[in-house]
Amino acid sequence: MYLVRRWSVKNARLLESVYDVFERFFVAMHPVWNAVGYARLERPMAAVEKLIKGFLFDCQMCGQCALSSTGMSCPMNCPKQLRNGPCGGVRANGNCEVKPEMRCVWVEAWEGSRRMRHGDAIHSVQVAVDFSLAGRSYWLTTAREKYEQRHAPGETRA
Amino acid sequence: MRFDDEPAPGDPFRILPGHYSPGRFERVLRAGKFAVSAELSPPDSSDPEEVYARARVFDGYVDAINATDGSGANCHMSSVGVCSLLTRKGYSTVMQISCRDRNRLAIQGDVLGASAMGVANVMCLTGDGVQAGDHPMAKPVFDLDAVSLISTVKMMRDEGHFQSGRRLTTPPRLFIGAADNPFVPPLEYRVERLKKKIAAGAQFIQTQYCFDVPRLKEYMTRVRDLGLHEEAFIVVGTGPLASANAARWIRDNVPGVHIPDAVINRLQGASKPRLEGRKLCMEIIQEVRQVEGVAGVHVMAYRQEESVAELVDASGVLEGRVPWYPGVKENTSVKRAAG
Repeated sequence: MYLVRRWSVKNARLLESVYDVFERFFVAMHPVWNAVGYARLERPMAAVEKLIKGFLFDCQMCGQCALSSTGMSCPMNCPKQLRNGPCGGVRANGNCEVKPEMRCVWVEAWEGSRRMRHGDAIHSVQVAVDFSLAGRSYWLTTAREKYEQRHAPGETRA
Repeated sequence: MRFDDEPAPGDPFRILPGHYSPGRFERVLRAGKFAVSAELSPPDSSDPEEVYARARVFDGYVDAINATDGSGANCHMSSVGVCSLLTRKGYSTVMQISCRDRNRLAIQGDVLGASAMGVANVMCLTGDGVQAGDHPMAKPVFDLDAVSLISTVKMMRDEGHFQSGRRLTTPPRLFIGAADNPFVPPLEYRVERLKKKIAAGAQFIQTQYCFDVPRLKEYMTRVRDLGLHEEAFIVVGTGPLASANAARWIRDNVPGVHIPDAVINRLQGASKPRLEGRKLCMEIIQEVRQVEGVAGVHVMAYRQEESVAELVDASGVLEGRVPWYPGVKENTSVKRAAG
C-alpha cells in the first residue's frame, strides 16, 4: 500500500534498527533452519516474508533484497526497476516519469537513506538483478550465507 | 584534424597506451581538445543513403556522431544499424544503448556485433518509459539498469567474458560512456549517482539538455570537489529550441528536460524565435566552454540538424580545428579561423 510504503521510508531509521536485531536472531537460528531443512522451509517462509514486507514496502519478492541500500524504498516498485538510482526522467515535483501520481521511488530512497545510520550503502554499485531468484525467501538465503560466512573454517573472527 | 597515425577511413586506430578504444573520439578527448559530438536521429527507413545524408550535415564540425536508440521511446532504425553504416565511411560513432527494449542477452550480443563493425564508443542509458513514445502498448524490458549495463560492458571489455562467465575469444574494445541528467530531482543525489556510474566504468558522460547554466555550474562545482572531472570526460548536452511553444511542449512531454521560465519568456518575446533559439544555444555553448571540468559539448538539434554546423562555428569552441570527415583534405586543420 502506497501510504504504508511511504511511512516506511519516513521511518527508515527505526526499521533499520528493527531489521538489525531481527537479522541477528534469524542468522543465529541457522542450526534450527538447517535441522528442519531449508528446502522444506522455503515456501512457508517466503509466504510470511511476502506478507510482512509486502505490507510495509510493497515488496515484489525479487529474492535479493536491497532495502538496506535503498533507504527502505523498494526499487522493484520503480516502473523501470532501477537498482542503482533514479533515471533522468524524474519530474520537477519529484514524481515518477511513468506514473505521474507516484513519488519517484529513488527520490524517496535518497531521503530515506539520509535518515539511516548506514544510509551511505546507497552509493554502492548493485549488480544486475538475478531473475532466477524471484519469489524466494531472502531471509533464509541471508541466514544461511551469513551463518556460513561467520563460521567458515580457518577464518579468524573479528 | 588528422592524427599522425591516421588509418584509412573505416579502419581502426592503433590503441595508444592508456587508451581503451581504436576510435577518434577518445583520441580527441585524451588529447585535451574541447570535443564536439552531435546527435543523429535515425530515419524511419531502410535506405542507407538516408543515414549518410543525416551524417553529412555535421561534416567538419563534430568529433563523434551519436546514434540514438529509440529516443523518446519512438521506433526508428536501430543504433547498431546506423553505427554500422557510419563506421564503414570512417565516421566516429557513439552507439547509444537503452535498457528499455532489450534484455542482457540481446544487449551483450549487440555490443559484440557493434565492436566487430568498428564502433568504438557506446553510451549506456536507462531509456525513456514506453508511455512517452509511439508504442505505449509495448512491453518495457529494463532487464539491466544504466549502472549494471555499464558494469556489463566493462566486464566484457576488461575481463573478456559474458555475464554468464562464458569467455569471449576477442573482447570488444570500447570507450564507455554514460548519460547523466544534472537538472532534475533529487538534485543533491545526482552527482553521487554520477560517481556510481564512473565507479561502474563510465569514461565519458553526455548530459541531458542544458538550458540552466547556473544549475550546471552548481553541479560541476560538486563534480570538481569529488574530482570526477578527472576520472571521466564530462560532455554537456545542448540544443536549439524552435519557439516558446516548442519549448513548452518539450518541457511537458519529453521526460527529463528542464527548461527555466526565463528561457521560454525570452523566446516568447523574440520577433524571430527560431533565430533567438539558436542564439541562445550558441551562448550556452560558449558559457559551458568556460566551466572548469567540462570536456566538450553534445549538440542535440532535433529537426534542426542543419543548424549544428553554424552553431558550432559561431560559438568558436573548435578554435580553428576541423574535425575529420570523409573526403577531408590533408591540411584543412588550420583553415578555419578561431572565434
